[in-house]
Amino acid sequence: MKFLQSIGAKTITKVAAIGRATLMLFGALVAVPRLKNVPLIIHQLYVVGVQSLLIIMVSGLFIGMVMALQGYTILVDYGAEGSLGPMVALSLLRELGPVVTALLFAGRAGSALTAEIGLMKATEQLSSLEMMAVDPLRRIVAPRFWAGMLAMPMLAIIFSAIGILGGHLVGVDWLGVDSGSYWSIMQSTVDWNQDVLNGVIKSVVFALVVTWIAIFKGYDSVPTSEGISKATTETVVYSSLAVLGLDFVLTALMFGIE
Amino acid sequence: MEHLVEIDNLTFSRGERVIYDGITLNVPRGKITAVMGPSGIGKTTLLRLIGGQLIPDEGDILFDKESIVSMSRKALYKARRRMSMLFQSGALFTDMTVFDNVAFPLKEHTDLSDDIIATIVALKLQAVGLRGAADLMPSELSGGMARRAALARAIALDPDLIMYDEPFAGQDPISMGVLVKLIRELNDALDLTSIVVTHDVKEVLTIADYIYILADKRVIGKGTAQQIKDSDSELVQQFLNGKADGPVPFHYPAPELKKSFLGEGK
Amino acid sequence: MNKYKTEVMVGFFVALTISALLLLALKVAEQSVATEGDSYTLYAKFDNIGGLKARSAVKVGGVTVGRVTSITLDKDDFTPVVELSILKQYNGFPETSSVSILTSGLLGEQYVGFQPGFSFDGVANLEDGDYLQDTKSALVLEDLIGQFLFNRGSDE
Repeated sequence: MKFLQSIGAKTITKVAAIGRATLMLFGALVAVPRLKNVPLIIHQLYVVGVQSLLIIMVSGLFIGMVMALQGYTILVDYGAEGSLGPMVALSLLRELGPVVTALLFAGRAGSALTAEIGLMKATEQLSSLEMMAVDPLRRIVAPRFWAGMLAMPMLAIIFSAIGILGGHLVGVDWLGVDSGSYWSIMQSTVDWNQDVLNGVIKSVVFALVVTWIAIFKGYDSVPTSEGISKATTETVVYSSLAVLGLDFVLTALMFGIE
Repeated sequence: MEHLVEIDNLTFSRGERVIYDGITLNVPRGKITAVMGPSGIGKTTLLRLIGGQLIPDEGDILFDKESIVSMSRKALYKARRRMSMLFQSGALFTDMTVFDNVAFPLKEHTDLSDDIIATIVALKLQAVGLRGAADLMPSELSGGMARRAALARAIALDPDLIMYDEPFAGQDPISMGVLVKLIRELNDALDLTSIVVTHDVKEVLTIADYIYILADKRVIGKGTAQQIKDSDSELVQQFLNGKADGPVPFHYPAPELKKSFLGEGK
Repeated sequence: MNKYKTEVMVGFFVALTISALLLLALKVAEQSVATEGDSYTLYAKFDNIGGLKARSAVKVGGVTVGRVTSITLDKDDFTPVVELSILKQYNGFPETSSVSILTSGLLGEQYVGFQPGFSFDGVANLEDGDYLQDTKSALVLEDLIGQFLFNRGSDE
């Protein structure tokens, strides 16, 4: 009986949290069209986008390089090292670009968003905004949300492009795969809609989920140092799990069913 | 006497815990009204209720004859432009300079040009004596200065009502003196109505025009400073004189010490 | 304040994204051949298409001149019909041209090899919607091995 009760209680808490999260997102999105807020979005793009650029670029470069190295040692046994280009490009565009970017984004920008909003709540800045007749959803949540939605697909595109260049660096410049075949087989295999756009769509979905979780966890956090640290951890854990789970669903929808 | 804020038979509880049980309280226009009481009585909650951030279980709150409780969201935001609140921590925006903090409400709610805003901000900062600190970040301010900067921000839009949440808590005697003087002067100069929530008896008695003392979910005493001092209520006297024990017990309710140590004594 | 710096950095971020997108569009997915330019359609019937897929390349002597747009099964004689989209700029192939399904490398992708036929008087050029008559099916490994064993058997 106690077991059932605890399941029930947990379900009610979770459903209530989802409800609050939806209300928050709705409140933030309803308030979109305000020209005054554009500078705020630009500032947040700097915070969540530009400041994540370095880690994204470095990770993209190394992942591309590692994939070329691993792929080469396997493909060379079959004399198919010409397929290195499409292998690197497709893995990056379809999977690694969106997924790794989302995971890094959750760790780098998502946790920072949660902590920032949580601290604003703890230091009464959110209440104080409300008392100044400024809706914190519009002033604090909305710009961060839109910046996240914009920044993550941008970062994913950069990640993939740099990864492909990294693959070129290792595969072509170091291991001696023919540069022409690296690009041309890639070109004949990679399709704009099927691969590039689907990858971008994936990262838009991940951006929605990660940014939403990050902002909500901050906004809904218990305003104590313990509560904020818990919320920050939860942001990273929940968004990573959500990204990986959703990735499977999206992949099945996009590539699994022909 | 005309009242700007009228609280009528207000009941509020947080979860199972009842915080207010049918309190009635009036704030006269243009005066300083102090709300005092022991810590943990939910004095901050009262300010949040007036600001419409919390909804009472029962009773009504009128701000300038309009009910905050039944107001639409839009009307509430409009009403909030006429009130402002000084939070205990100051609640300055940590990512902006003092200048930008004070300019913030002006930029949000008015279409004034940058020049005019700069002038208004300079005047408000001058009023709290921080014009020289305009370019500092909140982290560079001392506690007292942060509270004064927040005060400048609170009066930026020339509100009708200003609510102070524990303005004296944790201040050194000089800062405290400065704040007492500021609250009094701003109230008179700007024709404000002030509500000061605090438990610092001495300071409040010097500036408040009218005082309410809350304890045990109710109003236990009210009146001018003199009336309060002369009150024959034991509770009020205990609070004013800071006696350790009295109607407000020293011990949090607990079973008798002897009983809990020696077993239930069957 | 450093608002200027913020805007410059965001501008840099946007520029970087656009150049990455251009790299993906032009160098990786080669947008131009896939969609650009007018094309005309030819059909070819094969006995067996092996691993040919929609979007496989159509090549003349190694030069990509078009792509496979769709593969369907003829309802009447149950043979696969491959629809080829050939770029307009490569026109004037004679009717005697042939197509075969080839593999690039040992394990590579399959593509349609287009062999232009000889052109002499009385032979029209291929027009939009024409069927190519001369087709060679894909090599299926099992058939190849079967053939090899059969030949060995008949040799002895």
